[in-house]
Amino acid sequence: MNKRQFTLYSKKVLEHFRHPKNYGKMEKPNGVGKVGNIVCGDVMYLYIKVSKKRNGKEYIKDIKFQTYGCLAAIASSSILTELVKGKTLEEAIKIDRSQIVKKLGGLPPIKMHCSVLASDALLEAIYDYLNKHKKPIPKFLNERHKQIEKEKKEIKKRYKKWTKLEEKLKEKE
Amino acid sequence: MPKQIYLDYAATTPTDPEVLKTMMPYFKKEFGNPSSLHRFGQIALVAIDEARRKVAKFLNCQEDEIVFTGSATEANNLAIFGVTKALKKKGIKPHIITSKIEHHAVLHPFEESEKQGIEVSFIAPNKEGIIKLESVKKAIKENTVFVSLMYANNEIGTIQPIEEIGQFLAKINKERKQRIYFHTDAVQAINYLDCNIKELGVDLLTLSAHKIYGPKGVGALFIKKGTPIKPIIYGGGHEFGLRSGTENVAGIVGLGKAIELGEKYKNDIERIKKLRDKIIEKVLKIPNTRLNGLKEKRLPNNVNISISGVEGESLMIALDQQGIAVSTGSACSSRELKPSHVLLAIGLSPKEAHGSLRITLGRFTTEEEVDYFLKVLPNVVKRLREISPF
Ligand SMILES: Cc1ncc(COP(=O)(O)O)c(C=O)c1O
Ligand code: FES
Repeated sequence: MNKRQFTLYSKKVLEHFRHPKNYGKMEKPNGVGKVGNIVCGDVMYLYIKVSKKRNGKEYIKDIKFQTYGCLAAIASSSILTELVKGKTLEEAIKIDRSQIVKKLGGLPPIKMHCSVLASDALLEAIYDYLNKHKKPIPKFLNERHKQIEKEKKEIKKRYKKWTKLEEKLKEKE
Repeated sequence: MPKQIYLDYAATTPTDPEVLKTMMPYFKKEFGNPSSLHRFGQIALVAIDEARRKVAKFLNCQEDEIVFTGSATEANNLAIFGVTKALKKKGIKPHIITSKIEHHAVLHPFEESEKQGIEVSFIAPNKEGIIKLESVKKAIKENTVFVSLMYANNEIGTIQPIEEIGQFLAKINKERKQRIYFHTDAVQAINYLDCNIKELGVDLLTLSAHKIYGPKGVGALFIKKGTPIKPIIYGGGHEFGLRSGTENVAGIVGLGKAIELGEKYKNDIERIKKLRDKIIEKVLKIPNTRLNGLKEKRLPNNVNISISGVEGESLMIALDQQGIAVSTGSACSSRELKPSHVLLAIGLSPKEAHGSLRITLGRFTTEEEVDYFLKVLPNVVKRLREISPF
């Protein structure tokens, strides 16, 4: 009998966890999305390199991630990079969490937020690219960006005591 | 298929084959109800009494001071709610004390008591995971009636000064108007520490069969004669009226045998301790790791480390994929997505708590298994650190 049948996770999730695609830091990305918070135990960095196709459309030429978090978070990041690589920005913006979950063959209910982390990281990276290059930002992306910023602040407030401790420890290092 | 290596003995232990053998007849031929007056019943009753004698001998108490329950969780609930209920009936407004590093089976009954209007104090441990007598002294008030402190912590393995606190309470009880009753959750201690209740100076003590190579779903509570206590489960009046419900005969027989076997395996403790020290030494060689909880005054079978840059649940499952079973105090692995209350109580930063790993050894752990774990761990950590932004 295969012991994997006894875990919460689908085969696909385990596969991506074991052999994640496109991980590591990217040299000179032109867009970076940083989401999550170490206090909650999950942090995701997503790096993109945007380039122009022959037809003039901008597309994601290269993508990499760095994730600290559970298996679902690592697998979501990995599959996201596969989903996004080569897509035009227009297409990439439309990728949402449900596609990630579907591609992964499902996630346990308690782990759904880990896939949100991945889709947010992508939106933030695209936002960062458009913003830095002074390009028009679609209304929906702007709103989501504001929402993510707000959530970040709320988490900081909620875990103030911890965050302070974390900073104190950092100073010592 | 990789080897299967179990290094999670603090979660539960396999039932020892000898224990299982002793239990078997009570599922089949000797299936009687101990309350029945016929032969079938009486054979079961004798078996329970025999188990009670073994537990009593081990704890150095009287047989009628042992109540069998359906788990250690239930025994803890009986101790906490049972004693406060009895005292409240006497018109006392009770204040009860416990620590911040207790198992949920003590913490949550205390939180519930608080909701029910009882005055409650939760003592903080020191950074090394020890509850100091001094902090117990500070928490005691005029109306304090009950103190519950675990003998050994299930996550970080730290051993609490129960005897010292027991002696102190006995001393002040002589002069106090309101006596303080002292309970210890000794679930993790039974196989490794001295559990003579006379020396510990406790009035109540909890133990569990499945942590000592017995079956799951059986616990026991020692209740010193004269301790005021009321049942929390009502019915046919089994177990001296304190725990109604037809006894789990086979399970209780298994608990008795497990206790007896534990004595036989006393000389195995040194071996386990050596394996533990080997793990601590080797694991701390991985950069950016720390041992959680004091190294001395620690259960001989417990290692708890924090590994920075990797999240505990990922680490645990990556090890599981290599056939190694351990546990973690990370938030991602818990039902509430909150990191271990014990690790936070001893002052770990969230980052350290998320990256914690608990390795607990036991009777069937071999040096080969430990070596395999030590070989696999650094590679898994390295791989996850490559993925991690920190
Ligand atoms: C210290 C401690 N107390 C209580 C329990 C609960 O024991 P049981 O599973 O028998 O309810 C455990 C086991 O998880 C434990 O480690
Ligand atoms: S990252 Fe914490 S639960 Fe997934």
